[in-house]
Amino acid sequence: MNKRVIEEGVFEILMILSLVFVLGSLIIIISLVLYHGAPAITVEMLTQTSSSRLYTGRGGGILNAIVGSILLAIPATLLAFMVGLTVALFLQSDFTHPQLANSVRFILDILWGTPSIIYGVFCMVIMFILGSTTSLLWGIIALTLLEIPIITRYMDETISMVPHGLKESAYSLGLTKVETAFKIVRKQALPGIIAGVLLGLGRGIGDAASIVFLIGESNSIPSSFDSPTSALPTMIFNLYSQPDPYVRQKAYAAAFILLIIVLIISVASRILTKRLTKHIIK
Amino acid sequence: MTTPSNNIQIETRNLDVYYNKQYILKNINIKIPSKQITAIIGPSGCGKTTLLKSFNRLLEIQDNVRISGEIIVDGVNILNPNLNTPDIRKKMGMLSQKPYPLPMSIFDNVAYGIRIHDKKKPKNEVAEKVQHYLEEVGLWNEIKDRLHDPATQLSVGQQQRLCLARAIAVEPEVLLCDEPTSALDPIAAQQIEKLLLKLKRNYTVVLVTHTLRQAKRLADYVVFLYFGMVIEQGPAYEFFNNPKNPESIAYLNGEIS
Repeated sequence: MNKRVIEEGVFEILMILSLVFVLGSLIIIISLVLYHGAPAITVEMLTQTSSSRLYTGRGGGILNAIVGSILLAIPATLLAFMVGLTVALFLQSDFTHPQLANSVRFILDILWGTPSIIYGVFCMVIMFILGSTTSLLWGIIALTLLEIPIITRYMDETISMVPHGLKESAYSLGLTKVETAFKIVRKQALPGIIAGVLLGLGRGIGDAASIVFLIGESNSIPSSFDSPTSALPTMIFNLYSQPDPYVRQKAYAAAFILLIIVLIISVASRILTKRLTKHIIK
Repeated sequence: MTTPSNNIQIETRNLDVYYNKQYILKNINIKIPSKQITAIIGPSGCGKTTLLKSFNRLLEIQDNVRISGEIIVDGVNILNPNLNTPDIRKKMGMLSQKPYPLPMSIFDNVAYGIRIHDKKKPKNEVAEKVQHYLEEVGLWNEIKDRLHDPATQLSVGQQQRLCLARAIAVEPEVLLCDEPTSALDPIAAQQIEKLLLKLKRNYTVVLVTHTLRQAKRLADYVVFLYFGMVIEQGPAYEFFNNPKNPESIAYLNGEIS
């Protein structure tokens, strides 16, 4: 048989296999989490805060962790988005010399690959130096730092793909660099910008290592930025470390809820993207 | 060729452009007459577009570009680094090869430039202006019922006319056209050509084109570039009927392209 035909067939099989592998592991993870956690998903789980000390026991639900996770991840993502979008727009050659921009990109890539526990330790050291104590605020700071490189680099890549001719059109209308970047380029790159924010949010809401030293864990919903809080990833860690099978079930239930939250955010933003991007040039 | 200096819109003096140490435009000295169509012609890669983009300082958004010499517009050297580039570009409308509508509705594409230069303009005045400029390019009747649709839904020819309306809406003095019909079908191209002939009453048109026939149809004045140098410039009638330079003759005979 023709060598090229065989090659074509081999790669098709490889493609199907990798697809099966990716989808298969996803299905296995979700069904495993659901199988172990389903018995523990009750109304009380979702509507009550924990009532046993540091989740070592069986009492109460995980509402404090759900709310805590949202209060940590949303403000952190918003902050990282504001910093990230500005940096990403300024990294374009209209503002920054490509050599400097590439050095910044290199640093951001290293930060992206830095294990999140490093961010946690770094923020903890600063916290001690400032004489501060564990709180929601420190969790937000750590997550913001964690998300900035992800969001910035992702946006940077999509913004770089905005057609040069569109920028030239904007400039030739007499728009300034800032107007072009923040009004025209931002609009055109919106799908990528939203995808970048989601990527950051997904990382932030699921990360335990960066916040484990900083949020202080608490059984109640935080009343201010100064109060300690709980979060889903750290709570899953704590619950699953217990020998009690029921408590472990709760860990799976919490994991399932975390998955659902991420899913809702993804779907909602996809709908939002569709609405906001009907004007962009393809 | 001497034209009275008060009718000169753009004049270049010893204009040199280097890109990455490559010498692109060599000692360009041309005088572009006001309220006429000037065609910049020459084989591909001879620097036509580079010359055009130097007129609204679009060249400098690329890196490693070095420009020296002078470009005089209204008695001012626009290459002076102390000038505000958006003001220069506002005077110089541009029409690119491929239309790039802004990522907005049809209406906003025209209104955006108007609003950005006069933020306090009342809404109804902006709307009147938008209608006026869309009529000017013959688009109004085609699209008046879908002003708020995305501009990308228009055909390429309509998009190019929208870009023209957008350009004249900021009230420039000059229209820089970079092969504005090369991406269009013959009918859409003809519409653009007609518009340019109409618009030259109020605007100075600088047209880069690689089709000689288009230059013959439209141009009042011709600048012939070859390897980054001006080989010949003069009124179109003289250039096409009585070219003086051997390279011009070769180009007109299709021997170099």
